[in-house]
Amino acid sequence: MSDAGSDHARLEAFRAEARAWLEAHCPPAMRAPAESDEAEFWGGRRAAFESEAQRAWLERMVERGWTAPTWPREYGGAGLDAAAARVLEEEMRRIGARAPLKSLGMWMLAPILFEHGTEEQRREHLPPIARGEIRWCQGYSEPGAGSDLASLSTRAVRDGEMFVVDGQKIWTSHADLADWMFCLVRTDPDLPKHKGISFLLIDMASPGVRVRPIRLISGASPFCETFFTAVRVPARNLVGQAGAGWTIAKALLAHERAAISRLRDGAVQEEEPLEVLARRCVGADAEGRIADPVLRDRIAQVNLDALCNRLALQRSTEAERAGREPGPGSSMAKLYGTEINKRRKELRVAIQGWRGMGWEGDAFTPDELKSVRDWLRSRASSIEGGTSEIQLDIIAKRVLGLPG
Amino acid sequence: MATTRTLLWSEDEELIRRSARDLVQARMPISHFRALRDAGSAIGMSREVWREMAGLGFAGALIPERWGGAGLGLVACAIVLEECGRTLAPTATLATAVLAATALVEGGADATRDAELPRIASGESVLGFAHDEGLHHARDGVSTRAAAGADGFTLHGEKSFVLDGTAADAFLVSARTDAGRIDLFLVPRTSRGLRITPLALVDHRSAARLALEGVRVAKGAVLSRKDGALLPRLCDRGAALLAAEMLGSTEEVFARTLAWLKERRQFGVPIGSFQALRHRAAAMSCEIELTRSIVLAAVRALEADATDAPALASAAKARATDTFLLVAAEGIQMHGGLGVTDEVDIGLFYKRAWTSRGIFGDAAFHRDRFARLGGY
Ligand SMILES: Cc1cc2nc3c(=O)[nH]c(=O)nc-3n(C[C@H](O)[C@H](O)[C@H](O)COP(=O)(O)OP(=O)(O)OC[C@H]3O[C@@H](n4cnc5c(N)ncnc54)[C@H](O)[C@@H]3O)c2cc1C
Repeated sequence: MSDAGSDHARLEAFRAEARAWLEAHCPPAMRAPAESDEAEFWGGRRAAFESEAQRAWLERMVERGWTAPTWPREYGGAGLDAAAARVLEEEMRRIGARAPLKSLGMWMLAPILFEHGTEEQRREHLPPIARGEIRWCQGYSEPGAGSDLASLSTRAVRDGEMFVVDGQKIWTSHADLADWMFCLVRTDPDLPKHKGISFLLIDMASPGVRVRPIRLISGASPFCETFFTAVRVPARNLVGQAGAGWTIAKALLAHERAAISRLRDGAVQEEEPLEVLARRCVGADAEGRIADPVLRDRIAQVNLDALCNRLALQRSTEAERAGREPGPGSSMAKLYGTEINKRRKELRVAIQGWRGMGWEGDAFTPDELKSVRDWLRSRASSIEGGTSEIQLDIIAKRVLGLPG
Repeated sequence: MATTRTLLWSEDEELIRRSARDLVQARMPISHFRALRDAGSAIGMSREVWREMAGLGFAGALIPERWGGAGLGLVACAIVLEECGRTLAPTATLATAVLAATALVEGGADATRDAELPRIASGESVLGFAHDEGLHHARDGVSTRAAAGADGFTLHGEKSFVLDGTAADAFLVSARTDAGRIDLFLVPRTSRGLRITPLALVDHRSAARLALEGVRVAKGAVLSRKDGALLPRLCDRGAALLAAEMLGSTEEVFARTLAWLKERRQFGVPIGSFQALRHRAAAMSCEIELTRSIVLAAVRALEADATDAPALASAAKARATDTFLLVAAEGIQMHGGLGVTDEVDIGLFYKRAWTSRGIFGDAAFHRDRFARLGGY
């Protein structure tokens, strides 16, 4: 009782401190969601700040270690426990503060380095991630290895204290903007396919790395082909044992799925609710009900499913806090979150009629154009990070224990 | 919505689940339901087992100790119903322990509560819930009238679907008063002018039709809240708690189907290795997880009397309805020919899914209400 009481007192003291600090240090312009993915700050040597406010916000948060609040201080974090980190999150949400830094390095690589990395690797790579100085990309997929990731063929051959890497990656998100890549390579072609894979960190500035952007149906070019020709990588950049890459890759994918489902869920709450948009576009009856009953039911259905999905996420987060890892539960969340996201984006353009068909130009408002681009982008969410079909396979095998 | 209330079970709740499960599995396995059905049982449930459940505090779960109740709360009722759902166990939990107890505790005069609540808590008295009058559930569709007289009320009207109607000793009847508001009235089974027609339903749930032709009840028979919200509160509780029972049935029918996918072999392999079935099974497990989350969120919100409770209750019933129907129908399909035989239990669940769908409103009804509560 007194333990719980003093813990409560500690958290409330921290809440007061965080609240006051955020009030004083979060610039007003940063108390609103970013207009687009691109307007977020993703860090890296090539990153440019969109505004002075964005720069100030990052620097102040970095100084407190609050870009990575739960990391130990020596790696650039603030050493907060999970409960205090949640308080910080709540206080940020309270004033609508956006995350000062979005980062694959933080969400995906860092948990891997904490678990499988050497102390040297942690000290080298974590602080620049926390400060937003280095941006990471994920080198998993290859032209011949998509869903069947373990069939990848990019080779890394040991040469003294170096590996020599040859091959090609594809769909590498933001490889053109990233400074480093965490990469799956084949170090032993003679072993069965899951056994000969290793997890290697590659500096994108190394000679022999070439990147070519790919254009998407949404018009954006968020990902690239990445080519490696005799790229020399120091052997100390190997994470875990040679041949342990598949185990590490799978652990990272679970973190990725969790990040995708959270990211997509967060994006959802920032938009104008579908029902408000629908009332504006198709009108409402005397009681305020959306005039088109079929549309109204579809909106209710997707809102209801999104609510259930949020609650299921909350449930799995609570279970995790009670001591479980993001295992197959993350497959469920990824699958359902992205499927809801697609329905929602499609409804949003459908509600707008002709105005939901615009590609560019002054005849459409920026919001209308954005909703079209977002709709097209949403088609990718059930492909990236493992397709919906692959998630179903994972659930069937690991959650349900079905053979095959 | 619903971010502060936990969606995990507490240790106490797990204990309640264990005792409910032990009792249900021992005393009311599916063979119990089949035996009642095959005997053409008029009342459709075992009063003896109900008294045993009362002994564990389940009949008086919502009744304070001063009236002999155990005060276990609404979440406990949801757990009991979920366990009953697994074996299709017919009990008085929903209509009596949840709805009648709520109505009496919240809306009864002192003397009425003193007289009725201890008999509910002890398992002696079972009540039916008589609200619906049309073909479909409707909250305001009440034309049964309760005219006030010097020494009580006189009721006229018809009730088309009365939950636990064949088993009940008395009924909770919704009726419009002279002031035009809807209150509930306690009507004993033996009342003069009351005609009860048992309904033999496809899933053998206990139900009846009532005709009230000048039924006279005492003054203390009226159950009413000052804010006039008793009926909607009962319907919310009914919807969410029925959703809990449906969740239990859904989990059971899914577990049986999953076991079958692993056991049955065709083309030299277990049928569960066919991706067409694996993927559908995986998708169903997601639907079930969502249903579990919303049902628990709704019941916790109702227990806490939270402002979002009505919306969550509707969301839970809509979700549980769709999920139960999907999983039961897929259960039949994945069992092949066996699935459509009476000998295998899967079909019993499918029929139960069908009737549960309409009771307290189907999925479309609740999506409409969810939208309305959301301001659209
Ligand atoms: C926006 C976006 C960003 C991405 N970012 C990155 C990144 O940063 N780094 C990176 O490495 N990769 C990235 N990817 C790649 C992504 O992980 C792959 O696209 C994905 O794993 C699918 O591989 P594939 O495209 O080769 O499709 P394929 O594997 O060829 O799949 C084609 C179709 O076949 C289905 N299929 C395949 N195998 C099975 C099976 N066993 N059972 C049933 N159906 C099956 C798939 O579900 C799909 O419908 C990104 C993808 C997108 C869309």
